[in-house]
Amino acid sequence: MSSIDQNKIRNFCIIAHIDHGKSTLADRIIEKTGLLTSREMQSQVLDNMDLERERGITIKAQAVRTIYRAKDGEEYIFNMIDTPGHVDFNYEVSRSLAACDGALLVVDATQGVEAQTLGNVYLAMDHNLDVYPVINKIDLPSADPQGVKDEIEEIIGIEAQDAPEISAKTGENVDAVLEEIVQKIAPPEGDVKAPLKALIFDSLYDAYKGVIISVRVMEGTVRRGTKIRMMATGAVEEVVEVGYFGAGRLIPCDELEAGMVGYITASIKDVSSTRVGDTVTDEERPCAKALPGYKKVTPMVYCGLYPEDSAKYPELQDALEKLQLNDASLFFEPETSAALGFGFRIGCLGLLHLDIIQERLEREYGLDLVTTSPGVIYKVHKTDGSVIALSNPSNLPDPSEIDFMEEPIVKADIMVTSEYVGQVMQLCEERRGEYLGMDYLDQTRAELHYHMPLNEIIYDFFDALKSRSRGYASLDYELTGYQRSDLVKLDILVNKELVDALSFIVFEGSAYTRGRKMCEKLKEEIPRQLFDIPIQAAVGSKIIARETVKALRKDVLAKCYGGDISRKKKLLEKQKEGKKRMRQVGSVEIPKDAFMNVLKLDDK
Amino acid sequence: MAERVASSAVEKSMGCAELYLHIPFCMKKCGYCDFLSFSADADMRERYVRALIREIKDAGDAFYGTRIVTVFAGGGTPTVLDSGQIRRIFRAVQASFSLDADAEITVEVNPGTVDEEKLVTLRDAGVNRLSIGCQSLDDRLLLELGRIHDRDVFLRCFHAARRAGFRNISIDLMSGIPDQSYMDWVRTLREAAELGPEHISAYSLILEEGTPFWRKRDSLRLPDEDTERRMYEDTRRILSEYGYERYEISNYAKRDRRCRHNVGYWTGVPYAGLGLGASSYLGNVRFRNTDHMEAYLDWFEQTDRALPWPEAPVHCEREALSDADAMAEFVILGLRMEEGISEETFFSRFGKNIGEVYGEILEKHGREGLLEEKNGRIFLTERGFSLSNYVMCDFLPD
Repeated sequence: MSSIDQNKIRNFCIIAHIDHGKSTLADRIIEKTGLLTSREMQSQVLDNMDLERERGITIKAQAVRTIYRAKDGEEYIFNMIDTPGHVDFNYEVSRSLAACDGALLVVDATQGVEAQTLGNVYLAMDHNLDVYPVINKIDLPSADPQGVKDEIEEIIGIEAQDAPEISAKTGENVDAVLEEIVQKIAPPEGDVKAPLKALIFDSLYDAYKGVIISVRVMEGTVRRGTKIRMMATGAVEEVVEVGYFGAGRLIPCDELEAGMVGYITASIKDVSSTRVGDTVTDEERPCAKALPGYKKVTPMVYCGLYPEDSAKYPELQDALEKLQLNDASLFFEPETSAALGFGFRIGCLGLLHLDIIQERLEREYGLDLVTTSPGVIYKVHKTDGSVIALSNPSNLPDPSEIDFMEEPIVKADIMVTSEYVGQVMQLCEERRGEYLGMDYLDQTRAELHYHMPLNEIIYDFFDALKSRSRGYASLDYELTGYQRSDLVKLDILVNKELVDALSFIVFEGSAYTRGRKMCEKLKEEIPRQLFDIPIQAAVGSKIIARETVKALRKDVLAKCYGGDISRKKKLLEKQKEGKKRMRQVGSVEIPKDAFMNVLKLDDK
Repeated sequence: MAERVASSAVEKSMGCAELYLHIPFCMKKCGYCDFLSFSADADMRERYVRALIREIKDAGDAFYGTRIVTVFAGGGTPTVLDSGQIRRIFRAVQASFSLDADAEITVEVNPGTVDEEKLVTLRDAGVNRLSIGCQSLDDRLLLELGRIHDRDVFLRCFHAARRAGFRNISIDLMSGIPDQSYMDWVRTLREAAELGPEHISAYSLILEEGTPFWRKRDSLRLPDEDTERRMYEDTRRILSEYGYERYEISNYAKRDRRCRHNVGYWTGVPYAGLGLGASSYLGNVRFRNTDHMEAYLDWFEQTDRALPWPEAPVHCEREALSDADAMAEFVILGLRMEEGISEETFFSRFGKNIGEVYGEILEKHGREGLLEEKNGRIFLTERGFSLSNYVMCDFLPD
């Protein structure tokens, strides 16, 4: 089979602030284009695909190849690469961008430019991608396409007057986007005869095929039988299959050449040897230098994860192992808690990543989980000169052994309309933010820059930001390093007993406020029981706050006659269900949600 | 009427049963009330009475041979019906069922809906017990509750009932209502006791979802919890001074004057509930009549009803009780009563020792001081009464 004409390939991604319509546009593009080229339709591809179908394989890939017949009568191959839309996954986003030759920037015609719009655009520009705006949601009454175009030019500084005005929802004018892709996005380059050099931008585990590596071939060609080497991890395997990502399915092909996006399988057992950002080369004819930009991602946020039913511990372990096959940035190790029993300490990229992991464990593996306060990694410098990386507050050494501690710091960029600048600045200062500066993007909007401890961000900062700005503020952040800080461990005692799962590390100056809030919140979360329950916050042996859950006095149905029995029984059943959601901690029953809920302190 | 078709469900039930008649009408809905009741015009009331009489006849066929030990007409306010309607209903009951000679026959009465003539009608119709919805003797609080009567109207009603010959009268009172002080409650309680009714039901107000009280619950000035519990705890003490004994969470009676009908509910006597939305229990199955008035009327207005009671489509929400359900109900309902449950009765009914089934739960709540066991009976302690839901829910099957 002869080579594919590189001029007929378009590798691009769609970037957008959350909810501006990225996925809807992607869906429209898939609907309006074809799955196969006319040449493939006559070949064996279909047979292979039927085989895939029989085995029931559907793949949710980060890339889709579709075929577009343009107005010039030619067939174009679109490789549309998805980018995760959250700051937790900035590194993954950057690798996906590196696999593209251009980017469509979707901007909501009713919202205009927002923080992640900017964050994503800057990231794309860092990768020398040309960015082409698309104005979406013009079907909404409050749409202001012209205003948004002016804003894009003013704030981002890219040409926007010719941007297609579309409604991805209704499909209006989506054709203009397809033509824009053909005409504006640059075709790929790269020598198909050069030594193989391919970028891994995603890898996922499949029970039948092993790891499926998503690659953008930069140079050379890869085909079945090629002995490939992952340059960073050093793993060497023989290629079993190469192919493209159809919408939801794999389309095997003979080879992937420079300029193409597709997949490679090679009987690889887990994703830790095929890390995102690594370069795939030919073991027998390696390229001289790996592609730039690879880094091994490390977890930023840690928390304890426990099965609600302690008998499910082995199932949780099994589920985590399976998830890890697919998620190289998930870390876990066993830990035990006096309050919660056997569980795991989970390391992940951020709170969203943690949410995703938790949701998958609960939904896909049917596990009920209890989570403890998310924390970051602190560097504890001990008096003996050693340094430990602390991810579990319970492991904090005795204060007498600690020389000093350091905590991770991020640079946070917050975009906000000018009326809320005051409130947001106040919030950042409450959260120990160090003001770096402010840019006015236009008359109505500003971007604030702060250095801020990461542990202040993972602690309900995002919710607080939204509530103080009536939802208008948006946040982007990246880790910049560690900084020495006065930190203490705050303990919570329920009925005079330490609940280790509720301990956390906090800035000394905030310990009193946080401790008081924790006690107040726990008081709401713990139902009244047969005796008074004191709830105390302590730093070391010093109690800094206290609340009491008064003993239950009345829990009775005054009336229950013939007509009421079924209904009253239902009330009692509900109450019994409620009891089941409790976890016995010492002599006290604590609802399992309480561990997570106490962390979501109201911002009042 | 078609020939009698015995219902298998009924045949399985034993030799005696209770009868409940629901009259879903009232003059005006009270703010706390979540019973199935509403106001209706004379036309609707008459249609309903006719339908109810037909259901009485259908059920009577199904209960052929079963002794009826108590009848209770409740609502709503049964006495919004006129004397003729009341007479017709009870005539139908007498004609269709085998009532025991000493059957307890109660009608709920609300002050402001009866005069002496109507009370005499009730008496003549065979009614031998009245339950008067008094709630409070404080005009300010009666207004707050949304009652149509005041203190004087209640007192006139009570005395008229005595004059009409009623020797078994119960008074309903309510504690824990908005703006009620502890002393307000004690005054009402003592005054009511001094009237010397044979029975007093004293309920703590429950805010039920869907009522006006529930909607404005945040602005209601309810007594605080300590006061509310003191009201409850002292009720027993005060009423005992007048010779009343508490026999259930909210019910107090003079000697031999317990409400037999209600005791039947708590001890598992089968009952047929007739009328809109009424519930029935036939020993192993519970069901409920539709609460959709038109559907109810439509069914009983047909002259040729194809299905016998209780297999008609208006009997719905049918729930067959498993052994575990039946045991749980036996315990939960039985514990409402001061004397609790008998271990022997449990064994004879279910063929199992109660300790075998509920040992752990009984022990736990015993340890917590909420349950007690004495002379083969298990009952709630004083504290257990106040926390009875906490105890009872543990008996439900998983």
